Amino acid sequence: MLQALLSRTIPMRILHLIIAILFSILPQTLRAESPLKKASFIPQWSPQAQFAGYYVAYEKGFYSKQGIDLRIHMGGPNSPPLEFLEKGKATFATQWLSTAIQKRSQGVKLINIGQIIQRSALMLVAKKSRGIHKPQDINGKKVSLWREEFQIQPMAFLKKYNLNVKIVPQSYSVNLFLREGVDVASAMWYNEYHTILNAGIDPDELTTFFFHEHGLNFLEDGIYTLENTFKKDPELCHAFVKASIEGWLYAFSHPDKALDIVMRYMSAAKTQADRVHQKWMLERMKDLILPRGDFDTPMGKLASSDFTLVAKELHKSGFIKKIPDVNSFYPKDFQYAKK
Amino acid sequence: MLKNRGIAFKLILFFTLSSALIFIAIVTYNYFFSRKIIEKDIEEKARNLALATVNRIEAVLRPLQKVPENVAYFMEYGSCNKEDLLRFLREVVKNNPEVYGSTVAFEPYASDRKSLYFAPYFYKNKDKLEFSYLGGENYQYFHLDWYQIPKELNRPDWSEPYFDEGGGNILMATYSVPFYKVVKGKRQLMGIVTADISLEWLREIVSSVKILRTGYGFLISKNGTLVTHPRKDLIMNATLFGLAEERNDPLLRAIGKKMIKGEAGFISFKSAVFGRECWMYYAPIASSGWSLAVVFPQDELLADITRLNRTVAFLGIVGVLLLSIAVVFIARTITGPLRKMAQVTHDIGTGNLDFELPPVKSGDEVGKLTEAFQYMKTSLKDYIKQLTETAASKEKIESELKIAHDIQMSILPKVFPPFPDRKEFDIYATIEPAREVGGDFYDFFFIDPDHLFFVIADVSGKGVPAALFMAMTKTLIKSISVPGMQPGEILTKVNYELNQANESCMFVTTFCGILNTKTGEVHYTNAGHNPPLLIRQGEEATYIEGGRNVMVGAVENYVFKTDRLIMESGDVLFMYTDGVTEAMNEREELFSDERLRGEIVSLQDKPIREMIAGVKEEVISFAQGAPQSDDIAMMILIYRG
Repeated sequence: MLQALLSRTIPMRILHLIIAILFSILPQTLRAESPLKKASFIPQWSPQAQFAGYYVAYEKGFYSKQGIDLRIHMGGPNSPPLEFLEKGKATFATQWLSTAIQKRSQGVKLINIGQIIQRSALMLVAKKSRGIHKPQDINGKKVSLWREEFQIQPMAFLKKYNLNVKIVPQSYSVNLFLREGVDVASAMWYNEYHTILNAGIDPDELTTFFFHEHGLNFLEDGIYTLENTFKKDPELCHAFVKASIEGWLYAFSHPDKALDIVMRYMSAAKTQADRVHQKWMLERMKDLILPRGDFDTPMGKLASSDFTLVAKELHKSGFIKKIPDVNSFYPKDFQYAKK
Repeated sequence: MLKNRGIAFKLILFFTLSSALIFIAIVTYNYFFSRKIIEKDIEEKARNLALATVNRIEAVLRPLQKVPENVAYFMEYGSCNKEDLLRFLREVVKNNPEVYGSTVAFEPYASDRKSLYFAPYFYKNKDKLEFSYLGGENYQYFHLDWYQIPKELNRPDWSEPYFDEGGGNILMATYSVPFYKVVKGKRQLMGIVTADISLEWLREIVSSVKILRTGYGFLISKNGTLVTHPRKDLIMNATLFGLAEERNDPLLRAIGKKMIKGEAGFISFKSAVFGRECWMYYAPIASSGWSLAVVFPQDELLADITRLNRTVAFLGIVGVLLLSIAVVFIARTITGPLRKMAQVTHDIGTGNLDFELPPVKSGDEVGKLTEAFQYMKTSLKDYIKQLTETAASKEKIESELKIAHDIQMSILPKVFPPFPDRKEFDIYATIEPAREVGGDFYDFFFIDPDHLFFVIADVSGKGVPAALFMAMTKTLIKSISVPGMQPGEILTKVNYELNQANESCMFVTTFCGILNTKTGEVHYTNAGHNPPLLIRQGEEATYIEGGRNVMVGAVENYVFKTDRLIMESGDVLFMYTDGVTEAMNEREELFSDERLRGEIVSLQDKPIREMIAGVKEEVISFAQGAPQSDDIAMMILIYRG
């Protein structure tokens, strides 16, 4: 009530100033009583190190520090995050850029408020023993692909190299590939690729095709919210992204603590918890979130060229009829990253 | 250094060192040999255990494979409607206790042109048979491993073990068999028959693998996933390759690769459970492509040997110590008495015989030595006692002999010149007994103012009897000699007297004479004595042969004859006993009459004392230190007119 009242009568900047002053003056015990904004978040999959930053930020109290009383929903195959946004079940969600653009073009008023992953982790992987060393070798082979948005890059890749292949639907496991039911399989660098390695196949026995190396750098996990939410409370969005990025940075500099947290979430979700695998995933997330390996580049920024690359390919492939306006998709002058 | 150490020290050093060396050699050999045997043995045991376990697992998996294979065969070659299929499937699940559930999943629209999915599924739920149709928006089975893999591979396949979520949360695996129909001469996939098997029993079988104290077994799937393992947190969460990555252990990764390739082997590696070196035997489960391993820590394998060796080492050390103590004890029983006896010997050297010997405790060499010492002590004591007594009596005798010597010498005239107022002659005599008292004697005295009686004699034998006989003879001669008697008469009388009580049959060689100091006439009798030398002025020295008589005292009632000679002024009569001529040197040569005569000749111009001293000197130098064997008496008479 107090907050609602204040927000209507006093400009935000002054409010912030007041809050900041109050925080610095008030004794520690009284801070907890200051009103937190309620919000909820859903990652696009069940708990794993792919979302370490959010769990860490939550566990380390970064969200509450930013004035958010956050609730994290359990993600999973049966909980599409953008549906959660659409139906108001979640304030924030992560999703692939391509999926989000499709949704936007379908009329869902969602906007990107933080592009976390800066390099595509999607790849094709093949066994050298099956005679595959370069893109042309894939021609005429059996390729397993995931559904829908996971197929955009591979299809573009196949078209780019003019490859004619037999496509087989790919499930969550890589066993079909391991048993050589298919010659080429889709993989996320931070996940399935490592699963393949840890099923006893050495990296030098594999040929990898990273899409970002083939001009198909479709950015993946970004933070989304509804346009309305953003318009209503940009500070909340700002605070959420800021705390999330702080969580990621903390996870990268404290990988063991981050993994402890992730493992706890996984165990709560009753999913297979392989710490080694999660460690690999966290390390790869660092490579994907900070592709240049430095902390100086502002994090979470969506470059319009990255947007355009995906949108054009989606349009060309017929996934969308019209390319959305980048400025309505990604609010201009929305800078949260710490520099 | 060692040379000067005691016997005990040497014994201890030698026995302790050599027994310790032998002991170490035995223990070392024992350790390595037993280790080799045990290693070989345990490898065999591990292999047998692994293979036996594999067989137990196969014994469950292989018969189960038959179930969907038979159903698939039935689907391919039999013909039935949906009701028959359901009944058939139901019976299959019901009658095969090892089958947890089974489905016949059809390809899209393959069973019914109107329905995308058709997959009747019978499964057991707490001993109850349940039924459901698989397939739907949220369960697109065409894309699941159990369906897709055999479909793409066109052959039956075991799925990776998985947790059946919602189905009791049990570990399961599915065996899927594709079945086909020939349509227009083309073999076309119709669907997949599956049989689920609970793998709970698998855990029991593998966890029953016990080897040594903490050895265990584990099972990995075709992907290297740990299906059973003592560390619960790893089960279905980790692969062997993940563990290798975690531990940065390329060797473990290599082992894992061999395992999933279906190889078997015995290797050494570092266990995730024990964190130390372990042996591992692994063998494939051929039907499902899984791999079973039996792991046991190396130190445990060797724990028994280590323990045994520790005990043996302890016993050995105690043994060597006991041996040392025994050696010390034995050495003490030898060296103690020896040392005591060394001390005793030293004491004996200083003359102390009142020593205590260690008691004789044994009959060994030391005991015998002690006994010998005891005997020696007694003997020595007795001997010394005897010696002391002998010495005392000898001393007594000697002092008596000394007295006798003095007495004997005192009865001989010793003052020279004896008659300083008589210028017509000179007489000088010496005597040198071989012992304290002797049998030789000389004497001279005036029978009347013009007649000088002189005698030199040698009693047979030596020592005290000879001395007594000599004293008796001398006294007899003196007491019998009266003026006017001839030397022969005197000796006849003396001989008679001596023979009155001569029990010991002694006799005496005698040369005696009476010099008429006015005329120089000498009457003499030689009773078996050495002939004297007469040296006349300007003539050669000659031995007075004269008439020979028997020795005085030898023949009773013998009548001695008297001979006569005239001494001119300056003539010298040299008388002596056989001690002179029969003096012997070391070559046992006699001094001889000839030498004596030569000597006298060379000395004849000297005063009589010097003549006697010169002969004496010559005899001594001839003898060259050989002990004097006989009394030596010499007497010189010079007539001056």
